[in-house]
Amino acid sequence: MRMSRKAAAAIALAIAAAFPLSAHAHRAWLLPSATVLSGSEPWITVDAAISNDLFYFEHHPMQLDSLKVFGPDGAEVQAQNQATGKFRSVFDVQLAKPGTYRISVASDGLMGRYKLNGETKRWRGSVEKLAEIPAEATDLEITETQRRLETFATSGAPNEAALKPTGKGLELVPVTHPNDLFVGEEASFKLVMDGKPAADLEVTVIPGGIRYRTELKEVTLKTDAEGTFKVTWPEPGYYWISASVRDAKPSTEKAKSRSASYVATLEVLAQ
Amino acid sequence: MRIVLPAALAGLIATPALAADLTVSIQIPEMSVAEYHKPYVAVWIEGADKSITNLAVWYDVKAKDNKGNEWLKDLRQWWRKIGRETTMPADGLSSATRAPGEHTLDFSGSNEPLKNLKPGQYTLVVEAAREVGGRELLKVPFTWPAASAASGSAQGTTELGAVKLELKP
Repeated sequence: MRMSRKAAAAIALAIAAAFPLSAHAHRAWLLPSATVLSGSEPWITVDAAISNDLFYFEHHPMQLDSLKVFGPDGAEVQAQNQATGKFRSVFDVQLAKPGTYRISVASDGLMGRYKLNGETKRWRGSVEKLAEIPAEATDLEITETQRRLETFATSGAPNEAALKPTGKGLELVPVTHPNDLFVGEEASFKLVMDGKPAADLEVTVIPGGIRYRTELKEVTLKTDAEGTFKVTWPEPGYYWISASVRDAKPSTEKAKSRSASYVATLEVLAQ
Repeated sequence: MRIVLPAALAGLIATPALAADLTVSIQIPEMSVAEYHKPYVAVWIEGADKSITNLAVWYDVKAKDNKGNEWLKDLRQWWRKIGRETTMPADGLSSATRAPGEHTLDFSGSNEPLKNLKPGQYTLVVEAAREVGGRELLKVPFTWPAASAASGSAQGTTELGAVKLELKP
């Protein structure tokens, strides 16, 4: 298939935008309508977008291909009413059982860069699709990209069954329950890489509402030897938590290096 | 069993001589707003030892299919400390929302829920949340049981008026 250079550039941009925490400054996020719920079988609706400012729909919708929701018994729950618009995707989740739900968009893929006839080319795919890269390509570099975006919601009393890490890539293990966060209190979380403590890792914490203030109010923290970091919430609201790791331990030998990222949207309640 | 009675009736009940009594009066303010709903109100006791004793929850108990439970989370401190672990409605605890005016709750130390309240420092907490309105939380510290008659109060400014606590030995 032939494609104009402009169209190819547009597609490349769209692909970059669909991936959170790429080299671009965009931020990817899930925004639940509520995180602490009462009553029987309540619903939440969740927005999923990629934007500059948190949490505004102003750039690109997030693709929901790898959306998964896990219920209070750890079993997968179907997200409903999925739709993708100009600036955001949206879906609903019914919290049919009491307890905590984990909503995640996680992917594990390969990104490639190579030269063909003197031109640098980019490729995105999986181990199965490596054959798409022309045999005559040179300077081939393949990186594994493990992305995980999450948010949490609880109906009734919080529980932990849905919060167990998968053991792949960068993940958050709550010490403080992610739906029991209150302004002025200290919360503690652990970051794990392939299930092991992600020590000495930078974590970025940004409160939502960027459009209505002049300062970013970004806080950069570091995990300790156990992968733990602690945050004392200065104000109530939604927070964007992000961390990423680059290492040379991809899960496939086809890749030379690995880039793993984790993003969570957490709601901090007023006292 | 806990006893909740209107103020007028409370005086008619004989009290065991040695049991300490606790009376809470809560003023729900009149509001001049376009859309008024009587507030959800929760009343509980927090101990210096972190113990929690639930005294009352006024909410839309009569709503069909427990629809009123949907908004119980808006009593957010109560929800965190008690509500999310409690099945509502709860016998002897939940009752309908109250109209503006003063409402009195009488509790005898010889009955539930005060029967097992250990001597010590406590705080009475009253939290109110109103649909399409605001939320307010008031605290009144006290010592239990009272050696002599004692009282305390807190003054609300938005969703609650005066909250008074009276203790009798």
